Amino acid sequence: MTGSGLYTERVLDHYKNPRNYGEIKDADAVSREENSSCGDEVTLYLKVGADGRVQVRFTSESCAICRASASMLTELANGKELSDLASLGREDMLKAFGGPMDPSREKCALLPLAALNSAVSKVKKGT
Amino acid sequence: MPALTSFDAHVLRRDFPIFERKIGGKPMIYLDSAGTSQKPKQVVEAIDDFYLRHNANVLRSANTISSEASELYLGSRHKIASFIGADEDEVVFTTGTTDSLNILARVLTEKCINKGDKVITSILEHHSNLLPWRTEVRKRGGELIVVRADKSWRIGPEAIEQELEKGAKVVAITHVSNVLGTVNDIRTIARKAHEHGALIVVDSAQGVPHLPVNVHDLGVDFLAFSGHKMLGPTGIGVLYGKKDLLDSLTPWQFGGGMVRSVTLEGETLESPPSRFEAGTPHIAGAIGLGAAVDYLESVGIATVKRHEEELVRHALDVLEMEDVEVYGPREPDSLCGIVSFNLKGVHAHDVSTVLDQDGIMIRAGHHCAQPLVNSLGVSAVARASFYLYNTTEDLDALARSVSKAREVLA
Repeated sequence: MTGSGLYTERVLDHYKNPRNYGEIKDADAVSREENSSCGDEVTLYLKVGADGRVQVRFTSESCAICRASASMLTELANGKELSDLASLGREDMLKAFGGPMDPSREKCALLPLAALNSAVSKVKKGT
Repeated sequence: MPALTSFDAHVLRRDFPIFERKIGGKPMIYLDSAGTSQKPKQVVEAIDDFYLRHNANVLRSANTISSEASELYLGSRHKIASFIGADEDEVVFTTGTTDSLNILARVLTEKCINKGDKVITSILEHHSNLLPWRTEVRKRGGELIVVRADKSWRIGPEAIEQELEKGAKVVAITHVSNVLGTVNDIRTIARKAHEHGALIVVDSAQGVPHLPVNVHDLGVDFLAFSGHKMLGPTGIGVLYGKKDLLDSLTPWQFGGGMVRSVTLEGETLESPPSRFEAGTPHIAGAIGLGAAVDYLESVGIATVKRHEEELVRHALDVLEMEDVEVYGPREPDSLCGIVSFNLKGVHAHDVSTVLDQDGIMIRAGHHCAQPLVNSLGVSAVARASFYLYNTTEDLDALARSVSKAREVLA
């Protein structure tokens, strides 16, 4: 998918009204990823509740694709158990955008997932 | 070839088959010539003609085909040299500007930089005129000085002089900023460098394709540029060096074609430029670049410059819209075919993606000049860059699409 076809109503909604935006003060793991080639920057906060279910929030200085992706990712991840998060992959993110995209923009879309994976490993290492 | 008396980009575009392409049903509008230029069919045909009718190694075998290939290869060097006002033996073929600058950083640092010695460069540089120097100077225990730009985003000769007074061996500076299109006063900077006994190396990747350049008139010691940004093929570029300076340099590569005789005890080197072209050169690339120079000369490089001034003027006019910030000075006469901008609150990559949907190709990012882009206070800019085949209609389409991006994203 190229061009403004990428900016579907759903994607624009997540960009303009990001869900789960902001920090988690007592997060179990914080992970920051950046894409130096375009300057995207996303920080992901992860906390595992007493019931074993995760809460994920994020902040970002990024393009619309990266921000919308982070917002959609938090919706996919929240409420899951830590062990379920490993199954979230590239395909899930591309599906959230409605299909494949240009490789340079795919980098933007997958940055939040990289941050989530790294936060999950941090928590696992800590336990 | 004499310069055409009347220039019409609409007519000239017929030489570039790529402009027949449609992107998503819309005509392709190419505004990324600072990234790489499009190629006229004359250049592609010259390369074809070499491979299909004259292909042989050059400057080695005494047979008919090899003589033809050598003649084409040397003929190209001659054209390219005369295009920049140099002598043929001052033009060394490399793979491009990056290659030329890496070579120069290595051999000049080895030759003149010892512990504590300085090399001066500037914040306007492309990474390829910053990183090689930083790496090499560090190895020798020297110091790299980065001069800041003045208010008009040029490097003032006075600012360079201030550093020269503290002692420096080399000034490595860009001719034209690849982000802002601002042109440095190389003639004055070269004079000041020489007054202080320093060498001057110029990155003219965005200069030679767009401006009349005469190396002797500019007074530079070394100058680098790429074929692919001036209608030529990728993989070929030039390292120009003043004759006496090239004579004094040690080769950076050894092999065939760069020696006169070899015994088990030693060797006698060829004279420049062959001394610096070990191995079979990129013959087809050189021939393609020669054809590109023919093309540019048939139009006239001064005509190209004037046309680009008109395009910049028009671009600055039509981008005068709410929420659009244009970077750099608004002086069409002194900008070289580049306009960089951002849409307030929108990432440059998003602007670029919306434009792409309208068939408009620009580049967004830090343009391999991250310190400069960061000094503008942003992490990325959208860059529209022009060449002789662009028209004011291209820029009207750009403005319409930017306005659409604002509606969609802002």
